[in-house]
Amino acid sequence: MAESTYREAVRDAMSEAMRRDEDVFIMGEDIAEMGGSMGVTQGMLDEFGPDRVRNTPISEMAIVGAGIGAAVAGMRPIVEVMYQDFMTLAMEQLVQQAAKHRYMSGGQIKVPLTIRTQGGAGWSPGAQHAQQVEAWFLHVPGLKVVFPSTPEDVRGLLWTSIYDDNPVVFFEHRTLYGLKADVPEQLDGIELGKARVHREGEDVTVIATGRLVHESLAAAKEADEAGISVEVVDPRTLLPLDEEALVGSVKKTNRCVVAHEAVTRMGFGAEVAALVQHQAFDYLDAPVERVGAKFAPIPFAPVMEEYVVPHAEDVLAAVKRTVGKD
Amino acid sequence: MATLEEKGQTATAERLKDFLREMLLIRRFEEKVEERFRAGELPGFLHVAIGQEAVAVGVCRALEDGDVIASTHRAHGHTIAKGTPPNEVMAELYGKVEGCSHGYGGSMHLYDIERGNLGANAVVGGGLPGIVGSALAFKMRGEPRVAVAFFGDGATNIGTFHESLNLAQLWTVPALFVCEHNSYAESTPAKQHLPIEDMTKRAEAYDMTAMTVDGQNVEAVYDVAKKALKHARDGKGPVFLVADCVRLSGHYVGDPQVYRPKEEIHELRKTRDPIELLRQRLELSDDEWEEMDREATRIAEDSVEFAKKGTDPKPEDALKNVYA
Repeated sequence: MAESTYREAVRDAMSEAMRRDEDVFIMGEDIAEMGGSMGVTQGMLDEFGPDRVRNTPISEMAIVGAGIGAAVAGMRPIVEVMYQDFMTLAMEQLVQQAAKHRYMSGGQIKVPLTIRTQGGAGWSPGAQHAQQVEAWFLHVPGLKVVFPSTPEDVRGLLWTSIYDDNPVVFFEHRTLYGLKADVPEQLDGIELGKARVHREGEDVTVIATGRLVHESLAAAKEADEAGISVEVVDPRTLLPLDEEALVGSVKKTNRCVVAHEAVTRMGFGAEVAALVQHQAFDYLDAPVERVGAKFAPIPFAPVMEEYVVPHAEDVLAAVKRTVGKD
Repeated sequence: MATLEEKGQTATAERLKDFLREMLLIRRFEEKVEERFRAGELPGFLHVAIGQEAVAVGVCRALEDGDVIASTHRAHGHTIAKGTPPNEVMAELYGKVEGCSHGYGGSMHLYDIERGNLGANAVVGGGLPGIVGSALAFKMRGEPRVAVAFFGDGATNIGTFHESLNLAQLWTVPALFVCEHNSYAESTPAKQHLPIEDMTKRAEAYDMTAMTVDGQNVEAVYDVAKKALKHARDGKGPVFLVADCVRLSGHYVGDPQVYRPKEEIHELRKTRDPIELLRQRLELSDDEWEEMDREATRIAEDSVEFAKKGTDPKPEDALKNVYA
């Protein structure tokens, strides 16, 4: 095992793919000399040169679209969209083009494109740089959606995404880039659509994504002290979704909390709640609880931002509600 | 006036006759589409390329093997000109498995990857960024191929157009942007949607090489497309080609064209029909013309027969091809 930050793990997956494979290249805004707005691509220009580490104009439609066209022509491009808020600018290309080319052509085309993007609250960037939009893409047949929460997962899942023959929207969380953890020496891909159980427990299953995985682990520790045993499961891939693992865990614990940073209303948690009530109805001892952001844009003032997005104590409160200890 | 043959230009005459056959085939095909739509046989809605055949044929005949195109909602002409058999195009319009998109696409999503058609797009301007990316792939791999985007004057108002031209020129990718300037964005005339008259100014803003051609003259389209493709293929950068053309039909089949004076269409049909213009240029005998026409009509009729006998997809196959 070696230690790696989440940021280094993302870079490792891309660099290793680019070393092994001429078809892989990256493009995005400020990714060359500057090394990306989050420093993820630092050093890659020196190693691979400007032809394969392509600095682009501020032009999300064109760079996502160019990624699509290059993928269709046999490359495996990785496009960085600087903030997931800016995915709004590339929605047409992603939803109407990338997701549908294969289908509309009756299976003639594949689009092996990876769109990396990041964001999230916790540092007061304001309403246009902090929201979590992963749920928007879960509604689009033809896309895959990945949201890893640890260095090992981000590296292995990015590797697999690059080599997937479908367009993958790959979410990274801004506050996780500095997170350090052990990663295996050998870079192996992690299969898309497989959840990871971070912590086993008996009383409540918390299904969490991104930053909320870590908040949920903190909540689980506190719950332990209150005599509640919490299982924390990270689906890691939101589309396709490891339904079996999620439902299996709930059947064991009989209680379920879903936690994500994005707005609760119509979020990923709503789909999970529907899934769980349908497939584990007879096992449930309490209503499925959802934890997410309150229904507002992400505000600027730190005290308001902190109020809007969920934290460990919100997860803990939800856990306690499911066992009637609130 | 001497014919081309009499002037010793047999090769040119033969080439132009080939163009004429192809344009006539597209015309008869499109007329068949209109007829079968009115008969209630074709689902969805349709846009025919009547009047714009010379752009499709002139550009596609100038392409080389390995070049790719992206088309628009008015895609039948481009697709046939790029080499997809009319049978497969018509079968697609009937929603059959034998169609060039196997029934998943329809009139506005004709694909034929083997023949270099990367897809027709029903989002105006939607195909342009992809063409920049395919051209980029060709450049990165050192392949002497060009990627071509067709689009209309209406598309020059949308963001994808500007972002694509900017990026293509910045990266000097081998792309050709063919603007079929028929002066209508659906029903809206150019004077209501274009703040400029000279369309090449669009390219000027990006320092991109621009060329203009009479889109009703297939010979001129072919010649200028050859030049533009060579420029792109030689690594000199993308080209913006404006083909001034006329739509002799409505925006869609059944469009009453209330936005357009009746005399305008009447006059254009008399003076600007690209097939009629080429027929006159070639000074074809009535016999030769009629033979060509019979052949084009036969192929169009056969395509309908082929399509009608085609296989309906299984409803549950709708769930296939969502993912690779």
